[in-house]
Amino acid sequence: MSTIAVPLAAYQILAGALFTIGVVGVLVRRSALIVFMSIELMLNAVNLSFVAFSRQHGSMDGHIFVFFVMAVAAAEVAIGLAILIAIFRKRETANVDDVHLLKG
Amino acid sequence: MSLQLLWLVPILPLLGALLNGLGAGRLPRKVVSAIGVGSVGAALVIALGCFATLLGMPGEERFFAQTLFSWIDSGDLSVAVRLGLDPLSAVMMLVVTGVGFLIHVYSTGYMNHEKDYGRYFSYLNLFTFCMLMLVLADNFLVMFFGWEGVGLCSYLLIGFWYTKPSAAEAGKKAFIVNRIGDWGFLIGIFLLFVTFGSLDFGRVFTEAPSILPLGGGMATAIALFLFVGATGKSAQIPLYTWLPDAMEGPTPVSALIHAATMVTAGVYMIARCHVLYALAPTALLVVAVVGAATAVYAATIGLVQKDIKRVLAYSTVSQLGYMFLAMGVSAFAAGIFHLMTHAFFKALLFLGAGSVIHALSGEQDMDRMGGLKKHLPRTHATMLIATLAIAGIFPFAGFFSKDEILWKAFSNGGPILWAAGVIGAFLTAFYMFRLYFMTFHGSERLTPEAKGHLHESPNSMTIPLMLLAVLSLIGGLIQVPLLQGGQRLDAFLEPVFADLARVGGAAAHGAAAAAGHGAAHAAHDPGQEIALMLVSLAIALAGIYVAHRFYVKDPQAPHRLAARARGWYDLLWNKYWVDEIYDARIVQPIVRLSNRLWKDVDAAVVDGAVNGIGRKIEQGAGWLRLAQTGYVQLYALILTVGLVVVFGYLALR
Repeated sequence: MSTIAVPLAAYQILAGALFTIGVVGVLVRRSALIVFMSIELMLNAVNLSFVAFSRQHGSMDGHIFVFFVMAVAAAEVAIGLAILIAIFRKRETANVDDVHLLKG
Repeated sequence: MSLQLLWLVPILPLLGALLNGLGAGRLPRKVVSAIGVGSVGAALVIALGCFATLLGMPGEERFFAQTLFSWIDSGDLSVAVRLGLDPLSAVMMLVVTGVGFLIHVYSTGYMNHEKDYGRYFSYLNLFTFCMLMLVLADNFLVMFFGWEGVGLCSYLLIGFWYTKPSAAEAGKKAFIVNRIGDWGFLIGIFLLFVTFGSLDFGRVFTEAPSILPLGGGMATAIALFLFVGATGKSAQIPLYTWLPDAMEGPTPVSALIHAATMVTAGVYMIARCHVLYALAPTALLVVAVVGAATAVYAATIGLVQKDIKRVLAYSTVSQLGYMFLAMGVSAFAAGIFHLMTHAFFKALLFLGAGSVIHALSGEQDMDRMGGLKKHLPRTHATMLIATLAIAGIFPFAGFFSKDEILWKAFSNGGPILWAAGVIGAFLTAFYMFRLYFMTFHGSERLTPEAKGHLHESPNSMTIPLMLLAVLSLIGGLIQVPLLQGGQRLDAFLEPVFADLARVGGAAAHGAAAAAGHGAAHAAHDPGQEIALMLVSLAIALAGIYVAHRFYVKDPQAPHRLAARARGWYDLLWNKYWVDEIYDARIVQPIVRLSNRLWKDVDAAVVDGAVNGIGRKIEQGAGWLRLAQTGYVQLYALILTVGLVVVFGYLALR
């Protein structure tokens, strides 16, 4: 086995960049659909980080975490999109700023 | 009878009170009477049995204690509900159950027309229970329980006719004035606990001579605070004002509570604490002076009152003064003797007055009585005996007990206290015969309504009168002066007061005098005692003679005298304006202060603080709610910033 070893730091920088893009997306985009996608981006940034560390330490624990995260994310998307559709049907909008019923 | 049955003596009246109280308004009158009278009657039988057993024991062993249950057990304080029977409490127990039983019987006749018959008997039984707990208590806390209990029952019974405003007021007055006394009693108990670490009579009285120095500050403080309690309960200066007003209650109540039993609780308490008082000669002097002053003072007010029950009320205050005078000169046994004879003749006087009032359908003003001798023969005869007894005429009960007090006041206290007692005796003879002559002799001044109603009372009322008359007649013979072996009550009480000998010094003299034995016997001068006896007898006869001159021979004489000495008459008629002075100097300032506290402190400060805090929180919440925008992304931003700050802090620290 002789492959070019990608250093761990590179994975971390990529994961950090993806995560930051996700956070900014969640905070600034108005469309609920984009917010969802940004959350997926954050989750997958973490997944990448997990796998990288897992490989570095030669342990399978990180892989298991990743599978769990993927399964939960799939379920979350299913429910989240269902809510999104319900909101859209009711209010004809997918803009998160229009949904602020909990205003004090 | 086994002394183990002692607990039944207080418990039976309690049961009666519960049955009559819970069944009030549902039980038929016959059943109520049977429960009310029967429970006290059974208690009397058991009390007599216990007394007989006690008499059968050798003198020094006449003490029996029975622990019912542990009441308080906390830290250093351990109090059990414990009954103690010794000669002193046995005498009190017999007086309470005996006189109480007769008054219960009398009540079945007197209260016959009453609507709230069951409630009345329930209260009366409850009172008997509390009074028995008071006298049978074996520690200060149980005694205090009984003390408060009789105060409560007194309130309930004075205000028995609660729809009458004056009765409701009188009940409150009695309760509140007694509270002032109870405050002193409580402080006394606290001081005792601090000093002795225990409230048991046995321990306190045994250890007192070794712990408290004779005449020391602590002993004096304890004795004086306990005496404050006694002045409240036993209606002495300055806390006597409630007793005359207490006459608003039904007459049998006045007889039982405000003449024969409850008001003597203070005397009993001092006799019980004689060791403490012997250690505090100053306190004893205060007791003697207050007693003598009250004896004369109350008697002067009694001279001019027109309400038959009020005359008797002031007479009671005055006679209680005699008992305190006896306590103050260390003649404890003599005081208890007078307590007993007074219970007989004063209960009889009240019940007789009740019989007169009953016959005249509620008339109490002696100006509208007169000439009742032929209409109420039984009441008249028994009242005459009681009047002679209280006036101190030989050989009625009051003669022996009063003379013993006067003699002890002379030999232990000095001529001034004695003179006060003699003046009181003269006044007593005068106003009591004034009452007797105005009621039973002279012209009939009845209202037409009363005249139509006039009848001798039923047997249920006259038979107790006759029994009490017999007791008033022969009750003094248990304590015959001068005769060898005649002082049976002294001898019976001697084991109780024998521990005075351990107090030493001046008090030992009192101890011997109280016990009527030993040293005092040697100093006993029979000639002096006979001379004093003759003086007071002559004084009493003089009082009767003057009363006869004024109210039978020349009925206009009192009016002429009153007109001539208008100022004095007004002073006495208005009871020295003490009620008014108390109202202006004490009650009104407290009312004003309370008003100020209500408006300036309670409404402004307390309510202001509570409402202010509420308003501030509301205001703060108004500010805070602006943070709840409902924009999810803002929340997420705040969350993120927070996370960044936390992680940044953790990373850079």
